[in-house]
Amino acid sequence: MSGTVIIDSGGANLASLQFALERLGVAARVSANAGDIAAAERVILPGVGSAADAMHRLRAAGLAELLPQLAQPVLGICLGMQLLFEHSAEGDTDCLGVLPGTVRRLDPSITRPVPHMGWNRLHELANDPLLKGLGPEAYFYFVHGYVAPLGAFTLARTHYGEDFSAVVRHRNFCGVQFHPERSAASGAGVLANFLDLS
Amino acid sequence: MRDGQVVKGVRFRDHRVVGDIMALAERYRDEGADELVFYDITASPQGRSVDRSWVRRVARVLDIPFCVAGGIRSIADAEEVLNAGAEKISINSPALTDPALIDALSRRFGAQCVVVGIDSERTAAGYRAFQFTGDPSRARESGRDVLEWVREVQDRGAGEIVLNCMGSDGVRRGYDLEQLRAVREVCRVPLVASGGAGASEHFAAAFRDAGVDAALAASVFHNGVIAIGALKQALRSAGIEVRP
Repeated sequence: MSGTVIIDSGGANLASLQFALERLGVAARVSANAGDIAAAERVILPGVGSAADAMHRLRAAGLAELLPQLAQPVLGICLGMQLLFEHSAEGDTDCLGVLPGTVRRLDPSITRPVPHMGWNRLHELANDPLLKGLGPEAYFYFVHGYVAPLGAFTLARTHYGEDFSAVVRHRNFCGVQFHPERSAASGAGVLANFLDLS
Repeated sequence: MRDGQVVKGVRFRDHRVVGDIMALAERYRDEGADELVFYDITASPQGRSVDRSWVRRVARVLDIPFCVAGGIRSIADAEEVLNAGAEKISINSPALTDPALIDALSRRFGAQCVVVGIDSERTAAGYRAFQFTGDPSRARESGRDVLEWVREVQDRGAGEIVLNCMGSDGVRRGYDLEQLRAVREVCRVPLVASGGAGASEHFAAAFRDAGVDAALAASVFHNGVIAIGALKQALRSAGIEVRP
């Protein structure tokens, strides 16, 4: 067992991520099996839906204990990135605890509808292999109602009413708030960079 | 979409075939569209679901978000479309028939992928929501006031609202800014303007004067009246930030 495994956390829409990897020449497998995930070269934790539902499914599959112990590159996408933190205000949910801090709800206002939906740029990009070739001119597609805090792990931030982490990394654990699989060439760049991590 | 081809009408009538779905999807991807919406306008009126064989094919080539609308009447319908690679599902007529469908979809898949489309027309009684507009012989007023319906669908968990202003659809005289502003007042989720775009300035006005989050158009792109690249250039010149 090797290669890239996409964790099946029960949400729909894993196909778009699989197709994005396919366009990069990688045939990723979808699995919720702890053995498959532990043996993978790379692991992607997608996430569409709510934090509580996703954590419930990860726990039921025995993955909540496994994931924080993984040593291979791990990429959390959108909700998957938020699950890397200690806690989420969404459903008052304890998460994986790989990164410190709490995910909180975006504050809606008449000029800033929530969920935040749209193409945004990154700011204060760190020099990291995950962001190789990507600068402040690149746009990424975001759709989310909750945001992760800023910290030493923040590789890039985005602004929507407030600043929040758009790209994070702590050791082998990476996360992106946007959807790289739906962010055209810049998103494909991030996925390609992740596939180059070892 | 109708019977596997892309069609476009004027004021929701007299639809003409404008092209092949895959060719158009690839063209708009390459031209820099930020999102594509596929409406199967034959779905609801005929009481059947959207033919979904094309969703996977489109998902394979598109690297931008896309939304599928048409005859999604159940969790299972939505799941099939999302599993095939669509980002969002949009419901319109079925939501008017069964509003609880919005709650169910939002709980199951999250608000971010549940779009409610509203076909709205100015009448003597105010803005009214219409149903089954894909088939002129079945189109009817739903009995719902648009502003009240906008409030309700948000409370039920819609994550985005597309307002199709029927009176301006396909006629290219500009979005109905007054109507969009009225809806914006009560809409806390992303609002997408639809119906009436005929020039770059119409898009700029929708963003600037009606505060919409996105603007949708069909005819002007299908016919090549507006090129997406030139439109984005014009919007940037007008001080509106858009992805190049």
